[in-house]
Amino acid sequence: MSIIEFRNTSKHFGPLKVLDGVDLSIEAGEVVVLVGPSGSGKSTLLRCINGLETITGGDLVVDGLSVTGGSRQLREIRQEAGMVFQQFNLFPQLTALENVAFGPAKVRGQSKAKARETALDLLEKVGLRDKAGHYPSELSGGQQQRVAIARALAVKPKVMLFDEPTSALDPELKQEVLNVMHALAEEGMTMVVVTHEMAFAKQVGTRLIFMEHGHIAVDGNPREVIDTPPNDRMRDFLQHV
Amino acid sequence: MDTDWSVVVDSLPQLLEGAETTIYITIVGLIGGLALGTLAGMMRAYGGRILNAIAFAYIELIRGTPIVVQVMFLYFALPVLANIRIDPMSAAILAIIVNAGAYIAEIVRGAFLSISKGLTEAGLAIGLPHWKVLYYIVGPLAFRRLIPPLGNQFIVSLKDTSLFIVIGVGELTRTGQEIMAANFRAVEIWTAVAVIYLIMTGTLSLILRITEKRMRIL
Ligand SMILES: Nc1ncnc2c1ncn2[C@@H]1O[C@H](COP(=O)(O)OP(=O)(O)O)[C@@H](O)[C@H]1O
Ligand SMILES: [Mg+2]
Repeated sequence: MSIIEFRNTSKHFGPLKVLDGVDLSIEAGEVVVLVGPSGSGKSTLLRCINGLETITGGDLVVDGLSVTGGSRQLREIRQEAGMVFQQFNLFPQLTALENVAFGPAKVRGQSKAKARETALDLLEKVGLRDKAGHYPSELSGGQQQRVAIARALAVKPKVMLFDEPTSALDPELKQEVLNVMHALAEEGMTMVVVTHEMAFAKQVGTRLIFMEHGHIAVDGNPREVIDTPPNDRMRDFLQHV
Repeated sequence: MDTDWSVVVDSLPQLLEGAETTIYITIVGLIGGLALGTLAGMMRAYGGRILNAIAFAYIELIRGTPIVVQVMFLYFALPVLANIRIDPMSAAILAIIVNAGAYIAEIVRGAFLSISKGLTEAGLAIGLPHWKVLYYIVGPLAFRRLIPPLGNQFIVSLKDTSLFIVIGVGELTRTGQEIMAANFRAVEIWTAVAVIYLIMTGTLSLILRITEKRMRIL
């Protein structure tokens, strides 16, 4: 069974149809790169997966659980599908370590000591063990985003959702975040990534989806569809990123 | 003009007793006002349509009427309407609870809604229930922003207790009035009363400023 399955999924904001009957199956281990013009519904598609947006039609099943199954089930889904945001959204009153330990302690019910250990391991993994005691305001954007990745991983999700994780970063800081994501993909993590980084898409992606007006216009191998876009609008789009 | 400051010394014990009553009404009233205000503020910020409407009506009702009218209503009209007898002290405390509660509700609502939505989403996204996100993440951040406006409200409420002179509660202003009626020493007595109020509000300001300094606003 697919780990994420959109079944004729729709999302409206009032009269505005943002997802228009999307059918999409994502298998464990895939690294799906989601691209498309601004406003085409990429963020919405991603946020429907972990229920930050409520779908208004069809169904969406994550790891066997429907997003329409009530708040308890939604929390289970969210523990299986971690999210990384464009604006990092680290908890400013907590240190890097506390940010990462927060999920294991408060969601997974780990003891303080165990959660701390989990957090230190993950900070090590994203190369920031030495920044454990720093507050978000004392870290660069790239470092904050790596902590945010560690925070999401700490809950032990099966899938990671990234919404333009490098768009808020200065060019010289993007790579350190992309490297962490690359390493994660190599470990076999299932990932859905909204990004404009075409080099990353080609190198790390196993599948590329081009969205347009709330539906999937192109779905294929990243290298093939980027090098020879099967549709004019995608060609246009690629010329502008 | 001849003044005789020794009358202040003579009436000091009585004035301090009045001040004590003022402090008592303020503290008990504000504890209740904080509880009520937090509840109403959360209803405004996160309640569904009905809870929101109830809180909104309460806040508008209180903010749109003078506190003197509110306490008169509690003391004189409520017994007639609902057949509940209420002593002046309880009416005074209740008036502070209900009045401060409305202003605190707006302060609480504003502080919670000023915290970036992204932080709430980040908390939800790791699988926390909404109340835990509010309790662990948004609450502590909002609390820091709450302190300055809350401090203002505390000082306003403390001074508002002087209006309870209208229902005869023996707080500081009423006490001053009574002493003055007996010895006609207006300058000395009202100066003393004002100074005691200043000491109380000054102490409150100081405590708030220290608390504020100890907490980084994030
Ligand atoms: N909360 C919302 N309320 C109303 N409209 C929204 C909301 N979120 C997104 N939209 C609209 O939905 C469309 C798709 O948005 P989004 O998924 O963010 O696109 P993308 O991430 O591809 O830029 C846009 O037209 C946007 O204005
Ligand atoms: Mg977006």
